Amino acid sequence: MDRKIRVLVGKPGLDGHDRGAKVIARSFRDAGMEVIYSGLHRTPEELARMAVEEDVDVVACSILSGAHNTLLPKVVECLKKEKGAEELDVLVLAGGIIPAEDVEFLKANGVDEVFGPGTNTQDIVEYTKANLKR
Amino acid sequence: MGYIAVARPWGWPCDGLRLKMSIGNPDGMVLYLHNQIIQGLRDRKRAALARAVTLVENGSEHAGHILEEAYKLRGRGKVIGITGSPGVGKSTLVDSLIGAIRERGHSVGVIAVDPSSPFTGGAILGDRVRVRSRTTDDEVFFRSLASRGYLGGLSRHTGDIITLFDAFGFDYILVETVGAGQSEVDIMRYAHSVLVVMAPGLGDDIQAIKAGILEIGDVFCVNKADHPDADRAVAVLEAMLGLNREWQWKPPVLKTVASQGKGVVELLDKIDEHSEFLKQNGLLEERIARSYIAALEDNIRRDTVDYILAKARADGSLDGALKQLSEGKTYPAAVAKDLIRQHLCLEAKIDE
Repeated sequence: MDRKIRVLVGKPGLDGHDRGAKVIARSFRDAGMEVIYSGLHRTPEELARMAVEEDVDVVACSILSGAHNTLLPKVVECLKKEKGAEELDVLVLAGGIIPAEDVEFLKANGVDEVFGPGTNTQDIVEYTKANLKR
Repeated sequence: MGYIAVARPWGWPCDGLRLKMSIGNPDGMVLYLHNQIIQGLRDRKRAALARAVTLVENGSEHAGHILEEAYKLRGRGKVIGITGSPGVGKSTLVDSLIGAIRERGHSVGVIAVDPSSPFTGGAILGDRVRVRSRTTDDEVFFRSLASRGYLGGLSRHTGDIITLFDAFGFDYILVETVGAGQSEVDIMRYAHSVLVVMAPGLGDDIQAIKAGILEIGDVFCVNKADHPDADRAVAVLEAMLGLNREWQWKPPVLKTVASQGKGVVELLDKIDEHSEFLKQNGLLEERIARSYIAALEDNIRRDTVDYILAKARADGSLDGALKQLSEGKTYPAAVAKDLIRQHLCLEAKIDE
């Protein structure tokens, strides 16, 4: 059996900047993963639905708008609702402009890891491979 | 064989986990992952379809059981192939077709194939960037597939995945190929109706009479028809189609502007007309039989190649053959015949 890691790179909310999302999508691709890019301006409901239909192992959200504390817990909540499960078999990652003081709140609300600007993409790939939930 | 699935509703363990059932199963009965997924397909749970596709794609040992049931469950969904060069607007057209199909109250499943990297095996599956509407519509299901080294414009398991979608009971199943060049014509083996999408300015009349993709269309559409060259592209296509005077079904050529939804309702009408034509003339059965042959061929080829290479790797005959090849002592076709003879234990005279 030849299992491929599938990743949804998502852009939640009103945020028109996706250079970072494309760079990380490319890094996942170069690491041999199959990357579904959501496109801009997606709602948490849409991202959760995509994650289920595409049966991804990872949901990686890129957010630069400052609305992370509102949107990312909502993404997690919608994922649980879509999956009908309290415990997610999906790794939830966040990246973008996220102040250090918000990281704890996000982690308490279901985000598994947060990567800020300047993170080496290889580190993100390694972290992802090491922390898959299924 | 037979992994035990945990009874979290639709939060399955992945293939390979052994967990004890705990909920909804007072007798502690063992429930197999594939049974749970088959039930999920029957109950039209989208997570079940999604996981079934994953297992089939990955060649899981559960795949056989799931497919066996799926073949029994399959309905009568219209399988529509959508193909054309990169950038002609296939995904955008799929987006508007989903809208038109839903307007008529039908359900639709979409399978969109994009290429895998020949170097890393990774892929960027970008169709969702264009297919923006109706993401959360319960009667729409969208799945992106990577081609995983398969060259005909589809992925290795597309035929089986179409069957899974059909078992789920969609009225329409749209299959969007990778951006096809001239010879990625595998879609004609699986689809009931093939829509070939073109764009203005992409070739002259010599392109139009070449063999390949232009021969497989049941319906043609010139997208981006707001471009000044659109009428010329239509004329070239019409001229090409006019050379054949013995059409049972003469493929219509339509103009669309997918980004504005223009011409899409008419396009759907023509696709429906083609399905109706197939049914009226007893040709639908023929096309379905063709898809079975395609699936058989694909499976035989895949399994035989995997089997022979695995055997040859294991007993060192592959290494030996590669060495001989690099030393120029033999040639690939001869080695291939040797390996086939040696490992399939055949007396078959394949060189005749």
